[in-house]
Amino acid sequence: MRKILLSSIILLAGLTFIGRLSYLQIFSFSPNQLLEDPAIKAVYDYPERGYIYDRNGELLVANQPAYDVMVIPGDVKPLDTLEFCGLLGIDKEHFIQQLKRARTYSPRLPSVLVPQLSKQDYGRLQEKMRRFEGFYIQKRSLRYYDTNSGANVLGYISEVNPWDLKKNPSYAAGELKGTTGIEKEYEEILRGRKGVKYIQKDRFNRDIGPYKDGALDTLPIQGQQITVTLDKSLQEYGEKLMVGKHGGIVALEPSSGEILALISGPSYDPSILVGRERSRNYSKLHYDSISKPTFDRALLASQAPGSPFKILNALVGLQEGAITTETTIQCYNGFFVGRRKRGCHCGGGLRNLHTGLYRSCNAFSAGVFRRFYDQFNSTGEGQEAWEKHMKSFGLGTYLGYDLPTGRPGRIPSREYYDRVYGANRWAPTYIISNAIGQGEVETTPIQLANMTAAIANRGYYYTPHILKKIGSENISNPKFTEAKHTTIDKRHFEPVIQAMADVYKQGTARWLQVKDLEIAGKTGTVENFTRINGVRTQLTDNSVFVAFAPVNNPKIAIAVYVENGYFGSRYAGHIATLMIEKYLNGEISRKDLEKRMLEKTLEHEYAKPYSGKPFKINERAW
Amino acid sequence: MGWINIYSTAFDENYPSVFNFYTLYGKQLLFFGASIVTIVIILGLEASFYERFATIFYLASIVLLLGLYPFGRTINGATAWYDLGFFNLQPAELAKMTTALALAKYLNDIQTDIKRLKDQFYAFLIILIPAALIFLQPDPGSALTFFFLAFVIFREGLPLYYLGLGTTVIVIFITTLMFGTVWLIIGIGLALALFMLLKKPSFKVPLLPIVLSYLAIILFSLSVDFVYDTVLKQHHRDRFSLWLRLEKDPRKMNEIQRTIGYNTHQSEKAIESGGFFGKGFMQGTRTKGNFVPEQHTDYIFSTVGEEWGFVGTSSVVIIFTLLLLRLAFLAERQKNPFSRMYGYGVICILFIHYFINIGMVIGILPTIGIPLPFFSYGGSGLVFFTALLFVFLKLDANRMNELG
Repeated sequence: MRKILLSSIILLAGLTFIGRLSYLQIFSFSPNQLLEDPAIKAVYDYPERGYIYDRNGELLVANQPAYDVMVIPGDVKPLDTLEFCGLLGIDKEHFIQQLKRARTYSPRLPSVLVPQLSKQDYGRLQEKMRRFEGFYIQKRSLRYYDTNSGANVLGYISEVNPWDLKKNPSYAAGELKGTTGIEKEYEEILRGRKGVKYIQKDRFNRDIGPYKDGALDTLPIQGQQITVTLDKSLQEYGEKLMVGKHGGIVALEPSSGEILALISGPSYDPSILVGRERSRNYSKLHYDSISKPTFDRALLASQAPGSPFKILNALVGLQEGAITTETTIQCYNGFFVGRRKRGCHCGGGLRNLHTGLYRSCNAFSAGVFRRFYDQFNSTGEGQEAWEKHMKSFGLGTYLGYDLPTGRPGRIPSREYYDRVYGANRWAPTYIISNAIGQGEVETTPIQLANMTAAIANRGYYYTPHILKKIGSENISNPKFTEAKHTTIDKRHFEPVIQAMADVYKQGTARWLQVKDLEIAGKTGTVENFTRINGVRTQLTDNSVFVAFAPVNNPKIAIAVYVENGYFGSRYAGHIATLMIEKYLNGEISRKDLEKRMLEKTLEHEYAKPYSGKPFKINERAW
Repeated sequence: MGWINIYSTAFDENYPSVFNFYTLYGKQLLFFGASIVTIVIILGLEASFYERFATIFYLASIVLLLGLYPFGRTINGATAWYDLGFFNLQPAELAKMTTALALAKYLNDIQTDIKRLKDQFYAFLIILIPAALIFLQPDPGSALTFFFLAFVIFREGLPLYYLGLGTTVIVIFITTLMFGTVWLIIGIGLALALFMLLKKPSFKVPLLPIVLSYLAIILFSLSVDFVYDTVLKQHHRDRFSLWLRLEKDPRKMNEIQRTIGYNTHQSEKAIESGGFFGKGFMQGTRTKGNFVPEQHTDYIFSTVGEEWGFVGTSSVVIIFTLLLLRLAFLAERQKNPFSRMYGYGVICILFIHYFINIGMVIGILPTIGIPLPFFSYGGSGLVFFTALLFVFLKLDANRMNELG
């Protein structure tokens, strides 16, 4: 016993040690230790973010230097506070407060005293800087916008948040990343890759040379410039037209699916979200709950499409043989659903496909719709066929374009109505509003534009996209370069397009003709409602217009949606034709019409629901 | 076998000198040379020389320890060194060896009977005198190592209840700190009750001693709280609360780890960062950044952990374990009781250093600043640990010439 006592203690100690060591070195060991190691500091070398150009090579977004005034509180010597504050353009109290905050953070490490001085301020300060010990200027790169439009589609960059950090370890706190729009979608390309230098530190955080003699260090890789499909002048013009109006404009090139303009009204100048005023301006935009400038209506506003949807119903009717181009339907200044009469503004009379569409006859569309369903054994089967056709135009689903936000809209399915009314307990009369693009159907402006492009192409479309080139290479993503075909045969498009051309020549948009330009279009006037204090209240109709031009070999397809603009031919029609004229001809011949559009706003309409008083809608005069 | 041991220990000495010291490497190599010389001298001398002169060595080292008060040099608050020009002599290291020798000689004395209380007292006195002198330097860590020499006395027949008493005291001390007096009393009470219920009916319980010792435990436990709160200084309390994780508030615990527990925390982190295979020789980033204080002396093991990983640390532990077991085997086979007792002294001293040092570096024992034998930088340490070991090897080599 006495002989082995000591030996057992020795063995026990050895085992305890091995146990503890294996716990420390095997179980607690974390392999990602280079970044956690306090002895290694990674110093990053940031590449310049890539520039963004428009389709014609015009600069949209570049970089500008900004200058942060930094302070190391421990090194600050007594100074002429008044003069210094004068140079920086801050008041003394703010200065003292910032200095105190920096000291609390660390007296030995640098803090930002005044962020993002402009070039002018920097110029004044530069010469005198050496007189203020403990302060220095650190340069950094900010976005510079060579345009005052496209804020939502271009997007902005901001500091990464903790969630990004957790999700993507290649970011470090304080770094900038694309947060919305193109900046977010093509972040990887624009950002490049930061270079890193590992520095060996001692326990007082002093540098004692490169770690492993720089063997792990990397050089930064510059961000690539990209060319987007936007047309800068069209985009700017569209935003000018949308001043004071809520809504979205999407213009596409039908032959490629390229997005020529993506406008959300009202918009804002993207450069206000850069620099010192950024946070103040951002709050202002964010809390504007009436006009919601940061809400990209072109992509996100999912609303009833109205009459343009009649075109699709007519195409579906033709495809399924429910009607021919010769079929006539009687309009009684309206039509009957059961014993209830629904109105129509077309003037009444016998309508066929041509007149029914260009006069936007509700009765004709409703008739087509019912004939379509009558061909099926049950409404449910009809609904399935209808849904399939509609979805082939890119409706009712996310389109798959390369921007980070979107809405699927709604093309109601058989299950949807089964859920609402009970299985098979509904009939075409229940959903007749879908015939004229009201009811349960919802689309976003970009979906409307894409649908128009598919019609312009006579039966196919390319998924809309914003990226044209990376560096000097054209995109080759098959998602964007391969055509998507609709379920409608090509031969059915021509009569419908003729009707759309006559919308212009003699129909609902005959006041909007452009000399020597053949445009095919369709107006829409969409009833819409809101709740005021819980009461469903109708507002002035939304003004919708879809169009493409020229009729043969179309160069542009456009959808304009103006909230509460009343007739489709009013705001939306005006704006759409102006945009088309601008894009195809480069200048506007109808100066008076342009002037009216630039001057008129709809603020009085948007104020109505908030006025707290009863108001009139759909006023005649404008 | 002796030669293999010599080789293996020599390799041990060589190991840190070559691999882990950068600026101090040359100096340590010099001490390594000095230890070789010491080995030669030790092996050259007559084996019986050590037994004969044990008392004189002992007295000389006591004198050296006393001499520190007027002549010693103060480093880090402890007056423990003689300044001999190019290096500093630490007599405490010498005293460890001489005390082991003296203790062995005393116990081997024909007149000593360890069963007698008086002789027990003298034996403890031999340990206590140098320990007390070193404690007053103050160097409580080194002083503590002397107490482990008591094992030698146990080996030679000191009744085991001394050991039992000592262990009980330590256990009660720790459990009182961890769980509080009330829980301790309840816990022991429950255990006793359980024992009474489960015992064989025929077993007669010595009721009075049990009740008395139970009362004694309660009193002691109460006094622990008192001593802990009033006698111990704050930095001692902090070390205990760090060790036993007494602080429940995680924020305060963090604060303690950053301040008082800085050394331990950093060395644990450094060892942890080594992983299984380590970062490789000279690649220890925390070592290079001097994150672990005293990393070339007391915390040398953290460098081993960081650069050589689990492979290195476990090898060191295994080598020490094997060395100590080997020494225990050698000690047991000695025919001369003096050699055996001295051998035990060597094991005790080496073991307590190794145990406390590594235990402290990997965070399972409170911080007590003593070096790791053959690893830590330090001239006196290396030379005297070598001497300590080789005197025993000389005695072992000589056992054939002795009478059984």
